[in-house]
Amino acid sequence: MSATITSAATLQPDHAHHDHGHDAKENAVFGFWVYLMTDCILFASLFATYAVMRHSYAGGPTGNELFDLRYVFVETMFLLFSSFSNGFAMISLHRGARSATLKWLLLTALLGLGFVGMEVHEFRHLVMEGNGPDRSGFLSAFFSLVGTHGAHVSVGLIWMSVMMWQLFAKGITPAITSRLLRLSLFWHFLDIVWIVVFTVVYLMGVL
Amino acid sequence: MQIDQTHSHGSYRGNTIGFIISLLLTLASFGMVMSGKLPVSISLTAIVILAILQLIAQMHFFLHLDSSPSQRWNVMVLIYTLIIIVFIVTGTLWIMYNTNIRMMPMLH
Repeated sequence: MSATITSAATLQPDHAHHDHGHDAKENAVFGFWVYLMTDCILFASLFATYAVMRHSYAGGPTGNELFDLRYVFVETMFLLFSSFSNGFAMISLHRGARSATLKWLLLTALLGLGFVGMEVHEFRHLVMEGNGPDRSGFLSAFFSLVGTHGAHVSVGLIWMSVMMWQLFAKGITPAITSRLLRLSLFWHFLDIVWIVVFTVVYLMGVL
Repeated sequence: MQIDQTHSHGSYRGNTIGFIISLLLTLASFGMVMSGKLPVSISLTAIVILAILQLIAQMHFFLHLDSSPSQRWNVMVLIYTLIIIVFIVTGTLWIMYNTNIRMMPMLH
């Protein structure tokens, strides 16, 4: 290992330390990456289900009648900006700037909260109008897929709050850096899954 | 430590470039569907291509996946996962399509 470049790369842990801690940290990131790939398979199953059910309206409303693309666009922006600000949190972390990292993480969490808030509002509106998951096969598949993504983002928010607290209380330690690295992977991963969600569910639903 | 600094400037840039590319691709996708000017078949193909481009952009700029030796196993697992996803998605659609056309027409 001749690489001594410390990078802010999320999948590239700190190469500055050539000890056992370094290997363990790299293994932990790799293990988490493998988990994320199994999560991809979970989402693929939900996407496959949605693709089969997308025209099973059972006399109920279609995607074209239900989806408001302007609303979904704002939702998408919340998640994209939060992924962007998360990137800056990781860069600040690698420069050892604790308060800057905390500020970026806070911004990331607030943007993520905005996304979840909008999604909860959308779901609530649909259920109130009688278009809940029990209305048709299409809506069951829609709620399962989009809801699973939203649940992931919500768990990510809880995780992020815990990490902000740890960073605030303990400072930048190797353990906390390693955890934040995995959280960052998780967060970027959820933004990547959302690209497929807005394309397959919302845009194709309106077309 | 000089290398460190240039590299982290590069990350600032990489993060921003990734964001701007994603933003433009998202705007293009939504803009195309919302304007409704293009025929459905063209829009459909275009949004799929735009989504794939954005997936690649985010994997490159946000997840930093590339062909470097340090990324080798991460990429291996990703490729394996993609193969499984193709099996799941095309397999499901194929089976369900066939099941659907073999069903007796229901009398209402």
